[in-house]
Amino acid sequence: MKKAIIAASLMLSVSAHAAIAATEIDWWHAMGGELGTKLEEIVAGYNAAQGDYVVKPVYKGSYAETMTSAIAAFRAGEQPAIVQVFEVGTGTMMAAKGAIYPVYQLMADTGADFDPNAFLPAVVGYYTDTEGHMLSMPFNSSTPIFYYNKNVFKAAGLDPEVAPKTWEEVEAFSNTIMETGAAKCGFTTGWISWVQLENFSAWHNQPIGTLENGFGGLDTELTVNGPAQVKHWENLKKWQDSGVFQYGGPGGGADAPPKFYAQECAMYMNSSASRAGVVANAKDFEVGYGMLPYYSDIEGAPQNSIIGGATLWVLQGHSDEDYKAVADFFSYLSSPEVQADWHQFSGYLPITQAAYELGQSQGYYEANPGSDVAIKQITLNAPTPNSKGLRFGNYVQIRDVIDEEFQNLLNGSKTAQGALDALVARGNDLIRDFQAANQ
Amino acid sequence: MQTKRTVFGSPVLPYLLVLPQLAITFVFFLWPAGQAVWQSFLREDPFGLKTSFVWFANYQKLFVDPQYLYSLQITAVFALSVAVLSIGSALVLAVAADRMIRLSQTYTTLLVWPYAVAPAVAGVMWWFMFNPTIGIMSYMLEMLGYDWNHSLNPTDAMILVVIAASWKQISYNFLFFLAGLQAIPASLNEAAAIDGAGPVKRFFTIVLPLLSPTTFFLAVVNMVYAMFDTFAVIHATTQGGPSGSTAILVYKVFQDGFIGLKLGSSAAQSVVLMVIVITLTVIQFRWVERHVEY
Repeated sequence: MKKAIIAASLMLSVSAHAAIAATEIDWWHAMGGELGTKLEEIVAGYNAAQGDYVVKPVYKGSYAETMTSAIAAFRAGEQPAIVQVFEVGTGTMMAAKGAIYPVYQLMADTGADFDPNAFLPAVVGYYTDTEGHMLSMPFNSSTPIFYYNKNVFKAAGLDPEVAPKTWEEVEAFSNTIMETGAAKCGFTTGWISWVQLENFSAWHNQPIGTLENGFGGLDTELTVNGPAQVKHWENLKKWQDSGVFQYGGPGGGADAPPKFYAQECAMYMNSSASRAGVVANAKDFEVGYGMLPYYSDIEGAPQNSIIGGATLWVLQGHSDEDYKAVADFFSYLSSPEVQADWHQFSGYLPITQAAYELGQSQGYYEANPGSDVAIKQITLNAPTPNSKGLRFGNYVQIRDVIDEEFQNLLNGSKTAQGALDALVARGNDLIRDFQAANQ
Repeated sequence: MQTKRTVFGSPVLPYLLVLPQLAITFVFFLWPAGQAVWQSFLREDPFGLKTSFVWFANYQKLFVDPQYLYSLQITAVFALSVAVLSIGSALVLAVAADRMIRLSQTYTTLLVWPYAVAPAVAGVMWWFMFNPTIGIMSYMLEMLGYDWNHSLNPTDAMILVVIAASWKQISYNFLFFLAGLQAIPASLNEAAAIDGAGPVKRFFTIVLPLLSPTTFFLAVVNMVYAMFDTFAVIHATTQGGPSGSTAILVYKVFQDGFIGLKLGSSAAQSVVLMVIVITLTVIQFRWVERHVEY
């Protein structure tokens, strides 16, 4: 027994020694469940493929929790080398000049093999500065798409192969579906803020804020109380009252997926990364895919949708050796094989042209209908200043404000115009706060 | 009451003896509290790279912010409702348990159980029961013709968090009331009974006044509980929604500080909370514990 213990401790110290030889870097992430398992698999693949560096993935909870703990760690001098930050945290991270190590600079300093032109502009455009430099490494980017229940469409006498293109059609289809009793409700949606306001605006080529949606500077203001958005929110309220639309809750809209899975609602809008979940849960029906609907009378629609998801930020305060490890790991992450694997598994967008082409040559998109809707949608037209993304400070809180004002609309305490005006006023206050703290 | 006085020979010794306690108080209470006060005068970016001293700007903003004033209001509503509901139900249960002859022990034990349930679990349980889509309570309410939806209706949401927060506290209050009831001399009740007072009359003229110190104590304790210890319940049920209608002060500190990363404002809010809890403690020590007469 004693011998066994000695042998075991010897082995432990040997392996500990081996680990010291390699440079170890921490990667704090927010991928739980199946995505987390896949992420760990990718990292294990990297660690096994070479012997110089070891990446240690650490799950830190939700996106907000991960970002907050990384910031707290930075203040205490214990920050990880890499942290995954969601897209609404981009403004905060970008403004923290002394805390972040921009990716383009990191790649140049370490002499890593890095071609910024290999990345899909629609994805990286969200994360570049005004000079076109890439500040963070895209990892999981998605865009909202349209899902529908083909069986319900058939039962209602609609063509199951044709997704509604416009909001007028969504309304008409919903009415048919409800009148024939094929389903109880027309549609539901995840992410009111992201899908029914931000992407709605970009998709209709309407500005979300001044100064190119905030890309042009901290002095920006929200402008989402325009006639197009007011019309849409008015309709959503009207549809909620008549049962055509069912609200799925604030934030990601936790109640929305069950409504679609249980065939209560026939149509559903959510992230392209929800595709795996939809396919797994749609046991009794066939799923159809389409692009987001638009209003045919709004000029410029459909434009292109914008992304969400998260990128990897590199934090200051580590050794050159650590940064070499980060650069090497990033090269691995953006290689076509790793990218295509991650994209096909998760439904997130491929971040490089090569990964997309690899998927095409593998015949993946033909074998999996709906899996290329997202990429077609973000690249539908060349992005305009209204549709390349958004960049506002304190946006995490503004997202909450959007949910709150939408709830005020639905419970009848405000009109669409009133709710959106209040949203813009409160949002601008938060943007001013951020501007004051960062100037 | 006579207290024993100890006289120390050296003037240093008593300070040395309380030093460990003082050190703990300093490190875990005074130091962080001081940090919060200091931070409430600053405007900082989240990473702490740019800091400017802004005097009372964070407080000034706070007290003109309609959201914060609304939060103050609903905190008052919430704390009072929780105190009234949990004290009221606990009193009824305690009186019932006290009058029981058989099984009173079992009954008491069962009533104390909810106190052992973690607040987050209690929250999730009530959230399930009242869930508009799958909940049993919302289903029953719908049969009665009430369309329950706490994810959109502010009143429903408030009722939900009040019930979830009170439920746990009933056990705690119950124990105090039961002890209080058992401390009331039986002779008083018996004398009143002989004089012809019925059970209801006896309860209101004898039992309730004699319980008043307990009731006052519990009122303060429950208010403090509702204001400061219900974070988990709210986080698990409504997360402050809909449209901020259940975001009580403590929850708002979390939302603004940890989610929104507005550290200055969040610190100012904690200082306001600190003032409230100090006031409540002073009331409890000075007024409730010494001057309740009956």
